[in-house]
Amino acid sequence: MSYIPHTEADIKAMLEAIGVGGIEELFRDVPEAFRFPELALPEGLSQMEAGWLLEEISSTNLPGGKVPIFLGAGAYNHYIPPVVGHVLLRGEFLTSYTPYQPEVSQGTLQAIFEYQSMICALTGMEVSNASHYDGATSLAEAVLLAINSVRDRRKIILSCGIHPEYRQVVRTYTQGMGLTIVGDEGCEADVQALIGQIDDQTAMVAVQYPNFFGQIEDVKLVIEAAHARGALACVVADPIALGLLKPPGAWGADIVVGEGQGLGIPLSFGGPYLGFFATREKYVRKMAGRLVGETVDVHGQPGYVLTLATREQHIRREKATSNICTNQGLMALAAAVYMSVMGKHGLRKVAELCYHKAHYAADEINKLADYSVDFSKPFFKEFVVQCPRSVAEINEDLLDLYEIIGGFDLEQMYPARRNQMLVAVTEMNTRDEIDEFVRALGEVAK
Amino acid sequence: MKEPLIYDLSSPGREGIQLPAPDVPPARLPAEFIREDLDLPEVSEVDVVRHYLRLSQLNYGIDKGFYPLGSCTMKYNPKLNEDVARLPGFVALHPYQHPDTVQGALEVMYQVQEWLKEIGGFAGVSLQPAAGAHGEFTGILMMRAYHLSRGDTKRTKVLIPDSAHGTNPASTSMSGLQVVELPSDPRGNIDMAALCQQCDDTVVGLMITNPNTLGLFEEHILDVVKCVHDCGGLVYGDGANLNALMGIVRPGDLGFDVMHYNLHKTFSTPHGGGGPGSGPVGVSERLVPFLPGPIVEIVEEAEDETSPPVYGFRMPEKSIGRVKSFYGQFGIIVRAYAYMLVNGGPGLRKVSEMAVLNANYLRVRLQGVYPIPYNRINMHEFVAEGRFPDAEGIRALDISKRLMDYGFHPPTNYFPLIVHEALMIEPTETESKETLDAFADALLAIAREAHEQPELLREAPHITPVGRLDEVRAAKELVLCCRPIPVGKDT
Repeated sequence: MSYIPHTEADIKAMLEAIGVGGIEELFRDVPEAFRFPELALPEGLSQMEAGWLLEEISSTNLPGGKVPIFLGAGAYNHYIPPVVGHVLLRGEFLTSYTPYQPEVSQGTLQAIFEYQSMICALTGMEVSNASHYDGATSLAEAVLLAINSVRDRRKIILSCGIHPEYRQVVRTYTQGMGLTIVGDEGCEADVQALIGQIDDQTAMVAVQYPNFFGQIEDVKLVIEAAHARGALACVVADPIALGLLKPPGAWGADIVVGEGQGLGIPLSFGGPYLGFFATREKYVRKMAGRLVGETVDVHGQPGYVLTLATREQHIRREKATSNICTNQGLMALAAAVYMSVMGKHGLRKVAELCYHKAHYAADEINKLADYSVDFSKPFFKEFVVQCPRSVAEINEDLLDLYEIIGGFDLEQMYPARRNQMLVAVTEMNTRDEIDEFVRALGEVAK
Repeated sequence: MKEPLIYDLSSPGREGIQLPAPDVPPARLPAEFIREDLDLPEVSEVDVVRHYLRLSQLNYGIDKGFYPLGSCTMKYNPKLNEDVARLPGFVALHPYQHPDTVQGALEVMYQVQEWLKEIGGFAGVSLQPAAGAHGEFTGILMMRAYHLSRGDTKRTKVLIPDSAHGTNPASTSMSGLQVVELPSDPRGNIDMAALCQQCDDTVVGLMITNPNTLGLFEEHILDVVKCVHDCGGLVYGDGANLNALMGIVRPGDLGFDVMHYNLHKTFSTPHGGGGPGSGPVGVSERLVPFLPGPIVEIVEEAEDETSPPVYGFRMPEKSIGRVKSFYGQFGIIVRAYAYMLVNGGPGLRKVSEMAVLNANYLRVRLQGVYPIPYNRINMHEFVAEGRFPDAEGIRALDISKRLMDYGFHPPTNYFPLIVHEALMIEPTETESKETLDAFADALLAIAREAHEQPELLREAPHITPVGRLDEVRAAKELVLCCRPIPVGKDT
């Protein structure tokens, strides 16, 4: 089947109007030797059949969000209020383009303006853009901002407590720029060691809050040390944690970025997610991405437009702050709706539920003879468990015998962290689930 | 219009959601890290529903009407796509689940990789890039890495025609390379003499949009490719305009080395008011080792016809690295797969044929009234000028704004930069002849108004939720956030 409305009579009339004898004649500029290749692809299906097929394929997956899951590491199983999905399905939001024509795009523009405002409130910052692709690319864009803002400095310091994939993305993005990227050689997030690397060649230092191991580090010290040497400080933050924890803006962070997936966006096997990006007003002209500003129309009534387009690729071309064009608009809308419905009190409660449940789980696991939890620093919703054997094997047993998805195997990304499991607990994990998980861990220890 | 800001609906103490009471004993909070206040709205659920519904009503989308935004391929977004992307077996998958538990998701990704390879004529595809510009950046990084891996360090120039999307030069400079702009010839093709003059051993490659942003298929495409290849350069294809080419010609067959696909254009996934998109890249044989990863491969062949193969992730050996976390915009990839399945191979060719038919029909209906600077058979879009010699002061913007009063979304304005007062029109294949006729009639009526009642255009739009907005003021008196900066609190 197809989504094409043309009848044979329509096609005939249109070809006549154009003055060609057949469809093929429209493609005379295409080199004949390569024209109309036979594609080795199947015939089309009806919508019914395509729907059945995809249902069948999807049913071979184990939907992690529907079983007890203790896996996080940058993507989290948080509750999504039903209203979020319903708003996203409004065709006027879903099927519109980037709001280049503000008179017919006030819905998208005002929603993004509200999103920007809520991100500022959450992070304690002054300006937020309309989104990046994800947390990793937000961090990469933060590096670009720093390099463009701090003159003649080419060194970037990344804590090893930043998500390993984010650090990989920064290196991919900057491979043609001749930067020096240091700070993440080891596998222990150590504020003092990080501070020791800041010098007068440093453009930016970045830490994660809470870090990849779930720990709440003293990022204030890092921010102060960066400023003392004239460098910018960037904090990669978990937005749910910011429901409870002090915002990095309060300590003077210059850039706060992060993965907004927790704000009403489903796990969806890693995407589409939401990169949020907030900074100080003095850097707004160096910031990448779309930005919505308030203004008035010809009648003097308030309205919203995309603004500071002179930073962007469609105006500045090779001199633009970034090449970003399409971003994650609908995901920013999801976050705005989520933050609205959760509100001042709801987000705090979600964060507290995560905190208390994670600590309950950590305490219970720590009571097991063969496991120990790292309590050396405060943590939020994730913590590191030293296991008696390989995490991969434990997870296999947890899945096969108990249908529980265990935590992240840290050895995959930090080879020195043998038998260490990163356990994530959110408001979605009930006490019964946690108890079952702890019991199962005990039983699969050997 | 005036829908208040969500914050203005706020009332202290009001809550939009009830959460379960804690079922575990409370733990001690680390006081030094706890924030005092969180400045989010305090509204009820119904407040939120009505607020965002009313905001949605201020928007125009494809679901509401015709959206001929050039180079954006605003085709109908099938509802089936939305439903299948929300199946629990897709939407509730954690990206770090064991591969054994996500074989269906990997199968979808593998199939989309294979379909895209076949459609584009490429040897390898990575689904990682999140949008078109992201795919471009990825492509340029691969081209750079390819030359460097051969010890060919002199190459720093990327050739880009003056009709290119702005993302092309921006992606190039992000890669630390230099942009060299190429002029167009009088028929809207790349100026061959200028191209060949630039082609030397410092060229990384050429970025070409074909059909170009005038909607024209490059008449000397094989010569263009040869000229670049002969000097050791590579050819990058901007796939934003792939909707003209499916089953018509495969860019890989023409010698293109890299191309990105816009799943949110060609493959019908919704634009969402500015994303999420998805910008996979396809590459020729020599660039396969450089693809960003991980990509999906068959790690164990099927035992027999009834059992499926085993899929897994692999990082290409000389990969430029990851360009985002996890594996790409999976939910968008599922939607695109649903679209591919429904169309099938022959259906995709029909898509391109009808897209090109529609664009040519509209061009013919407007020619003679609207100047069309490169008036020849075009592909899926064309560019008219939004000005008339005998209606002074009327600009493309006025015509666009007036179209809103007729119930249509305007075309792309002021792009490509090489056409004065450009109106770039891309109807797509999902629009009927009746819709195209109604749109053409509106544009012809507006042309008459331009001469007889020009103020109708200059003051347009008249029926939209707001009138023309003061963009200068927006940029000058920056108001980007409606909340006071938290001073003194939480410090």
